[in-house]
Amino acid sequence: MSNPQIEIQITAVIVAMACAIPGVFLVLRKMALISDAISHAILPGIVIGFFLTQDLNSPQLILLAACTGVITVVLVEFIQKTGLVKEDTAIGLVFPVLFSIGVILISKNANDIHLDVDAVLLGELAFAPFDRFMFEGSDLGPKSLWVMGIILLVTISLLVLFFKELKVSTFDAGLSSALGISPIIMHYGLMSVSSITVVGAFDAVGAILVVALMIAPAASAYLLTENLKKMIGLSLVFGAVSAISGYWMANFLDASISGSIATTLGVIFLIVYLFAPKKGLISVLYRQKQQKIEVSLITFLLHLNRHDEESERHINHLREHINWQEVQARTILNLAKKNNLIEIKNGVVSLTEKGSVFTEKSLEYIINNRDEKIEPMKEDFFLFRG
Amino acid sequence: MSITEYFNLLWTDYTLRTITLGTAVLGAICGMLGSFAVLRKQSLLGDAISHAALPGIALAFLITGAKDSGILMLGALISGLIGTFWIRGITSKTHLKSDTALGLILSVFFGFGMLLLTFIQKQPNANQAGLDKYLFGQAATLVESDVQIMIIVTGISLFVMLLFWKEFKILLFDADYTKTLGFNTKFIDVLITFLIVLAIVLGLQTVGVVLMSALLLAPAAAARQWTNNLGTMVVLAALLGAFSGVFGTAISASQNNLSTGPVIVLVAGVFVLFSFIFSPKRGLLFREIRFHQNRTDLKLMKTLQFMYGIAQEHENISHPHAIRILNNFQGFTKSSLKKLENEGWIIIHGQQWAITKKGFKQAQEMYNQKTIND
Repeated sequence: MSNPQIEIQITAVIVAMACAIPGVFLVLRKMALISDAISHAILPGIVIGFFLTQDLNSPQLILLAACTGVITVVLVEFIQKTGLVKEDTAIGLVFPVLFSIGVILISKNANDIHLDVDAVLLGELAFAPFDRFMFEGSDLGPKSLWVMGIILLVTISLLVLFFKELKVSTFDAGLSSALGISPIIMHYGLMSVSSITVVGAFDAVGAILVVALMIAPAASAYLLTENLKKMIGLSLVFGAVSAISGYWMANFLDASISGSIATTLGVIFLIVYLFAPKKGLISVLYRQKQQKIEVSLITFLLHLNRHDEESERHINHLREHINWQEVQARTILNLAKKNNLIEIKNGVVSLTEKGSVFTEKSLEYIINNRDEKIEPMKEDFFLFRG
Repeated sequence: MSITEYFNLLWTDYTLRTITLGTAVLGAICGMLGSFAVLRKQSLLGDAISHAALPGIALAFLITGAKDSGILMLGALISGLIGTFWIRGITSKTHLKSDTALGLILSVFFGFGMLLLTFIQKQPNANQAGLDKYLFGQAATLVESDVQIMIIVTGISLFVMLLFWKEFKILLFDADYTKTLGFNTKFIDVLITFLIVLAIVLGLQTVGVVLMSALLLAPAAAARQWTNNLGTMVVLAALLGAFSGVFGTAISASQNNLSTGPVIVLVAGVFVLFSFIFSPKRGLLFREIRFHQNRTDLKLMKTLQFMYGIAQEHENISHPHAIRILNNFQGFTKSSLKKLENEGWIIIHGQQWAITKKGFKQAQEMYNQKTIND
């Protein structure tokens, strides 16, 4: 590995981690799309800042563009408050307009500025090592590494300092204002940090992929845990892993690094989405199927419990009575039989003692509909499944 | 080329006619279907779909090696639909909310698309130039066959929309009721979404993946301000969409270095801004004026009521009083006194005022009046 390669990877990891932290809170606050809006809308700010400073990494440009980001949020909220359109439409209207202004500014002044539209969308991580930070003649490493490193440090220290406040205001805005923590200040604080991060990362990964870096790690982590600290930790790990593996994939394909990081993030999310132990698609589908069987089983037992006459409990009659398909009927019947809940004599199904006890219990739950009644029953269900 | 030249050339020049017709048709279908997207709160779905279409374009090119826009559109359609259904899968099967799902699919698919595009650019294949236009759109690349496809698709979606008008409308405003009536809501829902995806894919070549959603939303959001009737809104949105398309193309064609997408979006944005401010019923300007009027009316009434209170204590109600005694009451100004005089409620003599019979009666019945008028 050559020196620039290492520098690119370190930059990528730092960018990914700096984006992941605000991303977690955006996802939890259901404001993920605000990151999309900000990342597009800062473009005019960046272009104007670039006219003034001629340097994409200068602090003034970053602050100016971050202000544009916060202004976008204010503008979106203003339009939402007028009630003229629904809130998602407000987001969808504001950022394309601002982004268009930015694109037109760039293309009208294409000769004067070293910004092109591709760079806006994609950024160019591969160029990061060329722009060095020189101090008194000595080379201190790539500029963007310094910029993002400082942003990451500030973000982490803000996170540590205001962790409690952020947590309360994210999950219970009412409680947080009752405790004297203004949700509005937390909101705009988060918006400012997000804007600054987006602007800083913009240079490296572009307007749209910054959204992937913010949302995808948080979304994947949210499927794996419900603990805020663990969620932040997991997002950081996902961000860092995808940054490094994305870099090597891009190296192999000779394609855009940021595109490849986003793709890796997508693959990580897909895997988590499918296989997450509790919240993943497969386990959700499995659970839904189990629940369907459980409900069918209870329906069946209740039916048996209700009817004393033998004709109603005859095995051939049952199927048309409860209106089940043959396969389903057989599965339920076998399940009940295997657990000694029913016995079959001469084609007539009747409840065993265990079966009637269980049916009484479930009946009680259905009538009361209280959670504490179902707790002991849940264990019974687990027994059936085994 | 200036804009007037553009419109003069429109009737003679074949290319210009094709392009203009194409963008007009595109604006119309987007406005039409965008109305449904906006009213169904699916505004940002359009954004996600258009971004999600990018890998489809790149893959279609990689597989077939052809730059035929029909095949690329098919790829875009498939990948847009995959994105849409994945979003639905995420929101319905996990606890992640729709904003996360949208942002995730949007950015990840787009990233994958960009990966493929940059990969294609490095391939030794001279044919690849021009896929970039799908990012911001280039109306100038439209040829007659593209416009034909657009017109056919627009015709079909118009037909489907008219055929299912009742179902679309009822699903829009009361989904639960629709279900109880026995309509297959899932089918109608998928049908609307499919049409929206179709409209987006159609516009990718002209407006580009990044800004396509705005063309879908903006005309509909503008049209919404002028009417409360769905039919009128759809027609108006289609017209506004068509105008934005034509004007945007005209402006971008008359300048160098301007992609069509951003210009069309800005034109549509101007329509939205205009509608937000100047729409007579919902617009901000008239709302502010109404608000102001109500407030001055209220002030006037309060002043009159105060005068009534003073006049009541005298036998002769028209007994003149000094204006000075109104001083500890905040609600009056010279102009408001003038207004009261114009209404014939008071008479002003120099520094004195007197309430008239009409004014006295007005004040007396002020509170009853409300109930009478209602």
